[in-house]
Formats: sequence, C-alpha cells, structure tokens
Amino acid sequence: MKITVKLFATFRAGRFAVQMQDCAPGTRIADVITALEIPESEIGMIMLNNRHADPDHQLEEGANLSLFPLLGGG
Amino acid sequence: MEDIHQFLRESASGDLLPWFAQVSAVERFGISHSDVERAALSAGLLPLRYQRNRNAISVQDQLTLCRSRVAVVGCGGLGGYVIEQLARLGVGTIVAFDPDVFEEHNLNRQLLSSPGWLGKSKVIAAAERVAEINPAVTLVPVHAGYSPENGKELLQGAQVVVDALDSIPTRLALCETCATLGVPLVHGAIAGWYGQVTTQFPGDDTLSRMYSRWVEGKGAEQHLGNPSFTPALVASIESAEVCKILLGVGTALRSRKLSINILDMSFEEITFEPPLAS
Repeated sequence: MKITVKLFATFRAGRFAVQMQDCAPGTRIADVITALEIPESEIGMIMLNNRHADPDHQLEEGANLSLFPLLGGG
Repeated sequence: MEDIHQFLRESASGDLLPWFAQVSAVERFGISHSDVERAALSAGLLPLRYQRNRNAISVQDQLTLCRSRVAVVGCGGLGGYVIEQLARLGVGTIVAFDPDVFEEHNLNRQLLSSPGWLGKSKVIAAAERVAEINPAVTLVPVHAGYSPENGKELLQGAQVVVDALDSIPTRLALCETCATLGVPLVHGAIAGWYGQVTTQFPGDDTLSRMYSRWVEGKGAEQHLGNPSFTPALVASIESAEVCKILLGVGTALRSRKLSINILDMSFEEITFEPPLAS
C-alpha cells in the first residue's frame, strides 16, 4: 500500500520533505519512524490525516503521515 | 476646569493629535499619558503616532486597544519583540513575566538586551523600553516566573495571554491557567531555523495535544539555539494574533498550527481535525 510521509524542520536534514512510500499492510507509524532512523524520543508530534496519532497506530492505504520534532524555545 | 476634550480638539490638526499636544495636556491637567490617550480617542481624535495604523485599525479600534490588557509570559527572544510590537500598536496595559536577568548569550537575539543591561532584570528593561517608546502604555513588570499560584491573580483581567516561554512544562501549566480563566492563549515556540504558532481558545485542547508526547527536558532548541530572525518572525505573527483577537477581526490560528521553516522558506498550515470517536 502507498502512504505519503511528510517531515518537518530538523527531520528533513539528510532525509526528505515529502515522500511516497510503499509499505506492507499492517505497517505501524512506529515502523516508518524506525526505518527513517529518527529516535522516537525526538518525535514531538505525529499527525495522521490531520489528526494526532500514536506510534502504534496502524497505517492504511493513502495515509498522510506527518512527523514533527519538539520545538520549545522562546 | 478647562475641558480636556475641548483642549485636545483645539490642539488637533484635523482629527490627528500631535505628541506635543499630548505632553501639554499631561502638564495642564495633571493626568497621565494613558489618560490623555483615552480622552483623545474617546473624542474621536487619533494620536498622530498611530496615523500609520490607519486604516488597518480605526480610531474606535485604537480605543479598544488602549483599553486592553495583555499578559506576555517570558521576556526573552519572543517576549521582547512581542512587547515592542504591542507597545507600538497601542495596547494599553501589558503585564510582563520573567524571573531572569540578561546574560551575554541573550545578545544575539533578545531585543531588550544590550551590554549595558547584562545582569539586570528583563522585566525592568521591558518597562523602561515601553516607557521610552510609548508612554501611554503601562507595562506591569512581574520579576518572577509564571506559576499557577501567581498566574491566577496576575493574569486576571487579561483579554489575551502570550506564550513566549522557553519551558514546555511551564507552557503546559500556563495553558491550564488560561483554560481556567477562559482567556485565549497565543502560543509561539522556536528552535534554530524553525518555529510554530497557534492560538488556543477556551475549551480547546490544542497545546496539551501538541505537546502530549513531551516527557522531560527541552525541544530541538537545546541543540539548535536561536538566531536573531526566528524569534522576530514568530513574535510578529504572535503579535498579529493578539491584535486580531482584541479587535475581533480576521481569522485566528485556531485548531491549526503555522509551521515555519526559514531554512527552506516554507510556511505550512497544519489543521487539527477533532479526534475520531473511539
């Protein structure tokens, strides 16, 4: 199945901004994060189809996944 | 006693009131610059200093701003610029929180900092700056960190609260106080080339959901630092949100986040759809 992964801010460095990915049915958000070699502790916010989601959420065909690092400075 | 409205009308050029006339009114009537500004705006006269606010902001809007009270929590990178902009805009009362004094590593970006202010209070610097640039604006300095204990009292009466904090747990606590008080909270956060802005209205859970994965420590800013332009940009968007909320105009960043990437120069709007019913 095809999904779209969008990375924000620092996550783009050495990776990509937007990428279509082909993944096996049953793939979870955590699997995508692991494949991108992003430490899960660095993930500030996960959006799946414009809704907040957890890493163990299973992806479906056509999913739009966005990953954001934590920003907290002032 | 001579009527102040009459004095101001006679001193005005058309409907614009020059600065020297405001100073004369302060001296003649023994009142504050804030009082003079209110009197002028109530009489339909616009202090000349606000001429270029027109027509984005009408005389009536300017009076609304003059009567407004906004709390700015944090007087560092974001807060310094927010305070400057709100003061120039003409927001009547600004309550500014910060427990810190200026340190040398603030000088690359914090508007209120300068070598002469090293070791001195950020909120006192804010008060002096505001008194210098717009004496009609009152800055209430709170030389303390925001806490739920002081917040309930000090945020009372504010129409909008600005999050200019650099601590995620303090931000989440501020968020709760604003929810309890029923006050909109304009959030901004920065790290390196990146920033974000959103506005949480009473009843929304935008920030607690945005930071729901936070466990401890700081965000990416810990490694990325903050250059001069990121706080200036994010603070400007926060100030615009404050202005719109106070005047009830435009569309706020409600249930959506503006995600800013200056390195790629991309501004993306992230909409937060309500969670699916489980």
